[in-house]
Amino acid sequence: MAFVEARDLTKHFVIRRGWFARPTVVRALTGVNLEIERRETLGVVGESGCGKSTLGRCLIRLIEPTSGQVLFDGEDVLALHGEELRSLRRRMQIVFQNPFSSLNPRMTVRDIVAEPLKAHTNMRGSELTARVIELLRQVGLNESHLYRYPREFSGGQAQRIAVARALALNPDFIVLDEPTSALDVSVQATVVNLLEELQAELGLTYLFISHDLSVVQHISNRIAVMYLGEIVEMGNAEEIFHSPMHPYTQALLSATPMVDPETRRERIILEGSVPNPANPPSGCHFHTRCPAAMAFCADEKPPLREINGRLVACHLHE
Amino acid sequence: MTEPLLRIEDLYVRFRTDEGTIRAVNGVNLEIMPGEMFGLVGESGCGKSVTGLSILKLVPHPGRITRGKIWFRGENLLEKPESAMREIRGRHIAMIFQDPMSSLNPVFTVGHQITRVIRRHHHVSRREAWERAAGTLDDLGIPDPERVMRSYPYELSGGMQQRVMIAIALSCGAELLIADEPTTALDVTIQAQILELLNALRIRRGVSILMITHDLGVVAETCDRVAVLYAGRVVESGPTDAVLQAPAHPYTQGLLNALPRPSARRKSLQAIPGSVPGGIEEIPGCPFHPRCALADDLCRSKTPIMTPVDSSGAHLAACHLIGKSEG
Repeated sequence: MAFVEARDLTKHFVIRRGWFARPTVVRALTGVNLEIERRETLGVVGESGCGKSTLGRCLIRLIEPTSGQVLFDGEDVLALHGEELRSLRRRMQIVFQNPFSSLNPRMTVRDIVAEPLKAHTNMRGSELTARVIELLRQVGLNESHLYRYPREFSGGQAQRIAVARALALNPDFIVLDEPTSALDVSVQATVVNLLEELQAELGLTYLFISHDLSVVQHISNRIAVMYLGEIVEMGNAEEIFHSPMHPYTQALLSATPMVDPETRRERIILEGSVPNPANPPSGCHFHTRCPAAMAFCADEKPPLREINGRLVACHLHE
Repeated sequence: MTEPLLRIEDLYVRFRTDEGTIRAVNGVNLEIMPGEMFGLVGESGCGKSVTGLSILKLVPHPGRITRGKIWFRGENLLEKPESAMREIRGRHIAMIFQDPMSSLNPVFTVGHQITRVIRRHHHVSRREAWERAAGTLDDLGIPDPERVMRSYPYELSGGMQQRVMIAIALSCGAELLIADEPTTALDVTIQAQILELLNALRIRRGVSILMITHDLGVVAETCDRVAVLYAGRVVESGPTDAVLQAPAHPYTQGLLNALPRPSARRKSLQAIPGSVPGGIEEIPGCPFHPRCALADDLCRSKTPIMTPVDSSGAHLAACHLIGKSEG
């Protein structure tokens, strides 16, 4: 059985504009099924509004899904309450994009990293400080950083503090939500390397969310490509990168600017922009922008089907 | 040989702060040819945006251009009074920024904002300005220009807002467009649309574009030539393919090695040790030496000058090691 599993996971946000206005429903996530094996990195890519962050947050129950199931190491995450849920939460953590907004500017590094330990363990005083120092060393910082504030650090160092906090309770599963998107390339490289080292050392399982395909293909074993709240293609990272099957994956890859001429592809320029998830197109959500759309794509939604060991939701592959 | 449209000579910009003077730009030299897309690439704090703003003399307080010349159409912009600069901004040199939403005025319609720029520079009636604005939008491939003109910025998508910014920038026929991270805030499929549009404008209208970006991939796919900036200095410049395929400066090499590539999946990325200098303390010698694995005593004491890397003479780098390895 998979370590983390989502079954038909759906999240609808209901937005009310004013007292008498009819509420609109934003379908952020619709019927997502996925499995993540232990020690695996599943990359999730897609453009803004595709539901990739919502997926990450639903998996660790930071937000309540509207329907569906999340299984974590065999336990039904959405059925748990109280102390059971609390103890499960120790095992799943998250790192956000911008460390300067996810770290409290008024807290010292020691207090930031110690906070989860105070909330979940009986560690106090010198024992607590010793554990914080150990965690800081694990992410390439040291005790000289203990009593400094987040603003005194560069973006890359601040992100290391956020990683140290996520590691504090020895989690098994970490959702990494665009952890390197706010960083310069040379710094991004050090954070990506750190995440890979920690994974090997601690046996971590990652959900790596990013809009940057080159980073995702680097760090992931498998990739899920999302469009308007649904997975349109999922499979081995290398295979998807070399031979994308869904027209959206193909467009996304061709649009990603590449430095090496040999990895550059014929550019497919999609028309228009991502439709409003409050009012998604009929049939295949992508048909309004798809260069290969056929007449019945507007009527019939393609299911996610297995083709040569890969999952693809497209009528072209039938 | 054709004359460059813009030539920056030995530009220095300083920011006086309470913590000390920040040396943002330290002797930048570059030339942009007519109809060229020129990339200015570097990491945060390298001085690329300040260089762009200097061209329009829009360096924000407390920054000051302390030295240098900026030649545009045979005149040194740095000697021009503010009143003359106002005629140049928008009319001859225009600029677009990363976040179009913060560049557009939220309380006026798009049409109002474009026509205002046109009427600032040309004596035309409201109606004529409106038609010219609609024509520019149409020219940029914007469907239903009239509807877009009547819209407020918040009613448009990010990609459409950036197109409107480009329309404003080009509505008066500017010869040079400074694009400061024009696609960084956009999704990749929209980025591809905007890059395609900028390239088409360059070809159809002969507009020169200074593309300021941190993304080497964007440079590789759009620019004719590129300059790599580090600590306010150009450390390497030349034809894009030469610089990116055969980088000569250890910093350019480091930047390229730090990129995740499909050919080296799940292998450690090569990071550049240390971090970008803050610009307050003066680094003697080569600005990159504290982070350079190859630095020797000469690098620590003497600032290297731009030297030809190959026989073409077009590809230059500022590194003492050039020519040494072969010898």
